[in-house]
Amino acid sequence: MKHKGRFGTFGGFYVPEVLIPALEEIEAAFDRWKDDPRFSFELDGLYRYYAGRPTPLYHAKRFSEQVGFNVYLKREDLLHGGAHKMNNTLGQGLLARYMGKTKLIAETGAGQHGLATAMIGALFGMETRIFMGTTDVARQNVNVHKMKLCGAEVIPVEGGTGTLKDAINDALRYWTAHVDDTFYLFGTAGGPHPYPIIVKHFQSPIGMEARQQCLDQIGRLPDIVTACVGGGSNAIGIFSGFQADAQVRLIGVEGGGKGLDTHEHCATLVAGSVGVLHGAQTYVLQDENGQIRETECISAGLDYPGVGPEHAYLKETGRAEYVSADDESVLDAFAALIRTEGIIPALESSHALAWLMSMKGKLPRETNVVANLSGRGDKDVDIVESHRPLE
Amino acid sequence: MTTYKETFSRLHRAALIPFFVIGDPDSDTSLDLVKTALDAGADILELGIPFSDPIADGPTIQKADIRALAGGMTPQKALEFIGRVTAYKSVPVGLLVYYNLVWQYGIKRFFADFKAVGGSSVLIADLSIDDADEILGPAWAVGLETVFMATPVTVEDRIRRIAETTTGFIYTVSTLGVTGARDTLSDTVKPLIHKLKTITDIPVCVGFGISGPAQARDVAEAGADGVIIGSRIVKIIEDNLGNPSVMKTELADFITSVYEVLQ
Repeated sequence: MKHKGRFGTFGGFYVPEVLIPALEEIEAAFDRWKDDPRFSFELDGLYRYYAGRPTPLYHAKRFSEQVGFNVYLKREDLLHGGAHKMNNTLGQGLLARYMGKTKLIAETGAGQHGLATAMIGALFGMETRIFMGTTDVARQNVNVHKMKLCGAEVIPVEGGTGTLKDAINDALRYWTAHVDDTFYLFGTAGGPHPYPIIVKHFQSPIGMEARQQCLDQIGRLPDIVTACVGGGSNAIGIFSGFQADAQVRLIGVEGGGKGLDTHEHCATLVAGSVGVLHGAQTYVLQDENGQIRETECISAGLDYPGVGPEHAYLKETGRAEYVSADDESVLDAFAALIRTEGIIPALESSHALAWLMSMKGKLPRETNVVANLSGRGDKDVDIVESHRPLE
Repeated sequence: MTTYKETFSRLHRAALIPFFVIGDPDSDTSLDLVKTALDAGADILELGIPFSDPIADGPTIQKADIRALAGGMTPQKALEFIGRVTAYKSVPVGLLVYYNLVWQYGIKRFFADFKAVGGSSVLIADLSIDDADEILGPAWAVGLETVFMATPVTVEDRIRRIAETTTGFIYTVSTLGVTGARDTLSDTVKPLIHKLKTITDIPVCVGFGISGPAQARDVAEAGADGVIIGSRIVKIIEDNLGNPSVMKTELADFITSVYEVLQ
């Protein structure tokens, strides 16, 4: 490897030796192409004409009235595929093509990254395999169906809780045996170097656009930028636009599940400790021996016991703050946004909205907050119905 | 404690190195099985501490990890287990462990405790030579040997660096992928052993995918100093859960069959 891939002490590439050449190849390709004019031109075109960038920054006035300060939503839910995931899959998919790879694999939790990868697989004519935990296959069956429609093979992963962590384990295993022709399209800002920097790079349009939109629409930078954090790709994407603006508070909201006093949550940065998981030194949820805990969260996309290493670094340095929202407050926020704005948010994104609602009366009226609405919630209506049936 | 150097130079043939997940399927049976393997001719042991997320292992060993964890195995208990093994017979014991377990235990304390129970070497499945500085000092300071992997896709320059970082033996992966018994060994293993032998005089042991005596002999004839058999042995345990006596007999027969072809 050319670079150490560290954010302070976090990050690195803690992987079996057999994966080192594959990571080196991706690192070299990323260095070679990321600023190449032809690559950038092609990717910009895909962002604009295929995926629908730039996405709007929307002043949610009725929701703002409810919480008592100004809320602007970065509408990644309007992106093709229904979530921010498409930014990264287009970028990495194009990189895979430039590298001459013919096959894609990916892990998925909520199915959004799997779906975005399956769409790219169809777009680029690449054979695509998606690893997905059996629990997630069951609770996100609409996305499973869509992936199959795109021609992807969905591989259900048993073991553990049948969630994202188990899907990553199996995708890594598959990759070790097929490194020659297969590109592992990693979905979140975690994992071994160079993935955290690659994912951040391809998600950075969210933050770049949001910053400019704030200047254009509000006339100044926002006071606060908030996003949900599972592995942390949408959060690092929007944070990246404001990292250098020290006066802008960055707030990541993790899955509080059934409460931090239980083990049924996925609030890694809030309640975890430093360890090594899936190739990175970062915060993880683990027991006293270092065995990784099983997590639980109403949103499959946040249900993960690790987190991207740069978030660990942002926490350690105090540049970003991390909080959690429990399942009940998330369901409240989900309902509130729909009732006030007619926008169905993903349960993942609803975590950021839940934090906004918890700040009611605690922030001055003139406060401007940008929340990343990372995905739309069509995939979640059955889950919400099972928790809170309509009359 | 017997060192690798002594063992390899005494043998004049490829060493037989069975792998077990400590505590699979439970602590007592596991100890019994390890003793059985030693009685049947194992020269060196490779023992793994079960981990919740063993990304370098295939389904067979992952299931063994799950069984052992369900049986209450912990790193602390695993070290005590190793103490009982080395008290039974003085053979080199190599440890295969995932980094997070060592990390949480405390790197220095872990190596000191492993050395104290008679351990010989450490191989951390998810730590490559690039970040090896984190463990080399603490391991060498207490007299442990270090083991790193080389694979069919490892380039020559990197093999040299691996050899410089390795004091015990180079754990050579015979085929791409994770652990697991396979019917055929890839054609890459012979050239790889040859390449390693021209670059370094550190002993070379081959693992991953060795499922029986015929492959063990092939690997030995290709010049390997040791043959590591993991998934095939763990499969014997998996196939005979609930019947420890058959498990023991089958294990003894299997080890004996490999032992004989290596003579």
